Amino acid sequence: MSATELGLALSVFLACTVEAVEALTIVLAVGVTRSWRSTFIGVGAAALLLAAVIAGLGPALTALPIDALRVAVGGLLLVFGLQWLRKAILRAAGLKARHDEEAAFGTEIAAARQAGEPPAGLDPYSFTIAFKGVFLEGLEVVFIVLTFGANQHDVGLAAAAAAAAVIAVTLVGIAVHAPLARVPENTMKFCVGVMLTSFGAFWGGEGAGANWPGGDAALLVIIPATLALSIALVARLRSRAAAAPPAGVVNA
Amino acid sequence: MTRLRALLGFSWDFVVGDDWRIAAGVTGALAATAIAAGAGVSAWWILPAAVAALLSFSVWRAANPGARDRA
Repeated sequence: MSATELGLALSVFLACTVEAVEALTIVLAVGVTRSWRSTFIGVGAAALLLAAVIAGLGPALTALPIDALRVAVGGLLLVFGLQWLRKAILRAAGLKARHDEEAAFGTEIAAARQAGEPPAGLDPYSFTIAFKGVFLEGLEVVFIVLTFGANQHDVGLAAAAAAAAVIAVTLVGIAVHAPLARVPENTMKFCVGVMLTSFGAFWGGEGAGANWPGGDAALLVIIPATLALSIALVARLRSRAAAAPPAGVVNA
Repeated sequence: MTRLRALLGFSWDFVVGDDWRIAAGVTGALAATAIAAGAGVSAWWILPAAVAALLSFSVWRAANPGARDRA
């Protein structure tokens, strides 16, 4: 392997590792906290759509409006993440019942069944979030392979490096999912809210045309900052509740 | 018609959730980011600022039943 080929393989491997880790974070988050079955169905559906898009468009894929996709996916993740985080903060502060999620989920499923949607047992949140996360990141992996590979006239090597990155990250995901499942439920939901909000803000901003300082590394600041804000809100609510008589558990 | 209404209700609950202000705020922040970036102004800070404001406001409203009732 020449130095140029090695450079191409390494560049594609590292770039695709970043994208795969982003997708893995989303998949693990919804899988551990909501439903592995629905999450895997979402991942499978995204993989199938991705394969169909690749087979249908081939190299013309680079003409797809990736920024519009980022805005749509980022915006939805941000809305879901903020709603999730809001509930987790209220729960952590003792202002919301800890297990009301199942009741809300049951209401959603009842409404969905009334509408003739979706198949019994499918968690729409897990499916949608896993589907969008994997599809968007998968598309970005394909873009990386096509642009880097076409540039060096070696799409095959770029595709092999991308596949190696995805396999490596998947193996890491399999290794860490069991320890993650032992984390307390509300703590995990709190972290998922932080992750969805952070990734949503990052992708949405990128798609809307913002240039993040440091590129992808900006996530290393956005995630801790969102976590710090959430912890500060919990601390503020707890100290206020300790100073005043409790107003009761809210239903919001 | 009932099925369509139920589907629309489900879709609204699914996307918008408990607090419609969050969805509206996110939409506004994304639009502001696009406008600022299109005008060549630094726009990366808009979404983080919107996240901080929306989350704080939404949590504060939920924790203050009086504020919810007045709204």
